Amino acid sequence: MRIELSKRPQQSKLFSALSPFLAFSLMVLAGAIIFAALGKNPVDGLYAYFIEPLREVWSLHELAIKAAPLILIAVGLSVCFMSSNWNIGAEGQFTIGAIFGAAIPLYFPDFQNATVLPLMLIFGALGGALYAAIPAILKARFNTNEILTSLMLVYVAQLVLDWLVRGPWRDPAAMSFPQAPRLHSWAVVPELFPMSGRANWGIVFAILAAIAVWFMLARTLKGFEVKVIGQSPRAGRFGGFSTARTIIFAFLLSGALAGLAGIVEVSGAIGRLQPQISPGYGFAAIIVAFLGRLNPLGIVAAGFVLALSYLGGEAAQIEIGVTDKTVRAFQGMLLFFVLACDTLIHYQIRIIRPVASAPPAATPAVEAARGND
Amino acid sequence: MKRTLLALAASAAVLITAGAASAQEKTKACFIYVGPIGDFGWSYQHHQGALEMQEALGGEEKVELAYLESVPEGADAERALERFARSGCDIIFTTSFGYMDATNSVAGRFPDVKFEHATGFKREHPNVSTYNSKFHEGRYVQGVIAGHMSEAGVAGYIASFPIPEVVMGINAFVLGAQSVNPDFAVKVVWANTWFDPGKEADAAKVLIDQGVDIITQHTDSTAPMQVAAERGIKAFGQASDMIKFGPETQLTSIIDDWGHYYTERVKAVMDGTWEQVDVWEGMAEEHVVMAPYTNMPDDVKAQAEAIEAKIKSGEFDPFTGPINKQDGTQWLADGEVAEEGELLGLNFYVEGVDDTLPQ
Repeated sequence: MRIELSKRPQQSKLFSALSPFLAFSLMVLAGAIIFAALGKNPVDGLYAYFIEPLREVWSLHELAIKAAPLILIAVGLSVCFMSSNWNIGAEGQFTIGAIFGAAIPLYFPDFQNATVLPLMLIFGALGGALYAAIPAILKARFNTNEILTSLMLVYVAQLVLDWLVRGPWRDPAAMSFPQAPRLHSWAVVPELFPMSGRANWGIVFAILAAIAVWFMLARTLKGFEVKVIGQSPRAGRFGGFSTARTIIFAFLLSGALAGLAGIVEVSGAIGRLQPQISPGYGFAAIIVAFLGRLNPLGIVAAGFVLALSYLGGEAAQIEIGVTDKTVRAFQGMLLFFVLACDTLIHYQIRIIRPVASAPPAATPAVEAARGND
Repeated sequence: MKRTLLALAASAAVLITAGAASAQEKTKACFIYVGPIGDFGWSYQHHQGALEMQEALGGEEKVELAYLESVPEGADAERALERFARSGCDIIFTTSFGYMDATNSVAGRFPDVKFEHATGFKREHPNVSTYNSKFHEGRYVQGVIAGHMSEAGVAGYIASFPIPEVVMGINAFVLGAQSVNPDFAVKVVWANTWFDPGKEADAAKVLIDQGVDIITQHTDSTAPMQVAAERGIKAFGQASDMIKFGPETQLTSIIDDWGHYYTERVKAVMDGTWEQVDVWEGMAEEHVVMAPYTNMPDDVKAQAEAIEAKIKSGEFDPFTGPINKQDGTQWLADGEVAEEGELLGLNFYVEGVDDTLPQ
């Protein structure tokens, strides 16, 4: 007996719809086995992981805070990846966006009115876009590998931030500790429902961005251009599309969204610039983008799923006392099952049994049978 | 499916009632760590303190322990703290500087929960205390040992972040070494991390290649100790006793002993006597303990013990003048002792540090 994967002539509609559920069931099963092996009650474990964080309103707020930057960045990355531009540097664009945006209240502390925040958001997006322009121009002009340049620029951005909050932007009242002064109240992204939790407008920006990019990709010529260039640059050129222009467009768009995510995180969730402003959102968003199958609306769902896996991980650590290593393994499994089950959309699994009575000479019959499938 | 839902509902009910019951009898102490509890450095030592506290106060019957590892110092910290506060913690220890804003902001929303923030200075609400230890006292003793043991007269220092506590440690180490060898110098590498074994190992290799023959670290992994062991030089451990990672390498280690502070504070919560404090204790109170002096001649060991005893008894303070700043100008006059307030915001080197302080 052997198991064979063969490519479907067309994507399976059935498995497109079914695969997330299948993945989730496998995940629950594997999770239950892991919890049981650790001597914990699997029901408690799964409950803490998947349901506990959704049970209370404050926790839903936290879910939105965690998902917002992931979705914003991943939506931008989907355009990059769709056009075969491998922007790995969203973390850096996020950081520079935060720096650009926060520069306004830091340099003009007396400028306090309702225009501060919109200006900061625009500057944040601008900063991210400009920073993404570096690998974009290098690729468009010199054919540099954008994976390397964008990734390296992440470290540059983090060191710039580090230098700023230790040096020129350090809060004089912070006893020589590295952090910028707290942002004044006009410079803070408002909370959506301050009565019940901390969630701010970031999640609204994220969903709006997802809808806008979805519309652009699905319904406009620009979206068509992005997809054609991504699949076949040569065909795109025959169609009159410019590869260089698409590179620049994709990078600027994803840089702007990452930069916006950066300033929203600093201004909304953290409240000041400090050496660490992101637990790796720019990298996690790459996973979110693929988990959402590069579809902006799918990315919204994927962003919430990944955010839930962080929150659930904490709940599991607190409620049933597993270590964060278990939680990470769990997260890894979730992603693995989702991506593995997606294989079923493009491939089918067939179990081929040797015919019991027939000698090896019967192979042609098996071949013929395969042909009929 | 129906059965699963029922099971879930049942377990939810169990959890809720269990939570309510335990809230009356047990005290719940919660800890949030910046690294993994297996770092064998900072977070490990806090966790050991937590376990010691639980043991001392009557074990699991009396104290329920919960902790979160590797919590990033950004927006995540506030969520983690809020979850703790809502899950019935009576007292929450936040064990890294970067949790300062989150600690104060959550403390404002949960006035009945006690918060204890390590290494910070902000106490915006009456239910927030801060605590820290005078690690630099141990660094001075290490400096004295290095002054005796180093043939090159140069030690390598793997530093984490240029914050006062770390700068204080570098200065104390240099002063200790110079009390033995006035020409002693220290080379510093800033790793810009608290825990990154790869980076820390690289820093150790670079320093050894530059000719230092003793390594000391203010980062939390055992990697520098292991590199020093491979290269056959001596090293000091950090935060916990790292002798297992360099049986022939470790001279001593500064052990952060948080156990009695945690016991004292959780007990205060149990007794209803908890009050806001700002604690900065050192060797005298045994918050800073030296690991056994190993891999050194007996006379060096005697010197180390002598200076340790002097610091412990309060007879000697590592920051006693005359001390010059790195640029040669005077910091402390002869016999003058640095004020605590100045030390807590320290942002300059003393003479003998071969490095420019990142500003």
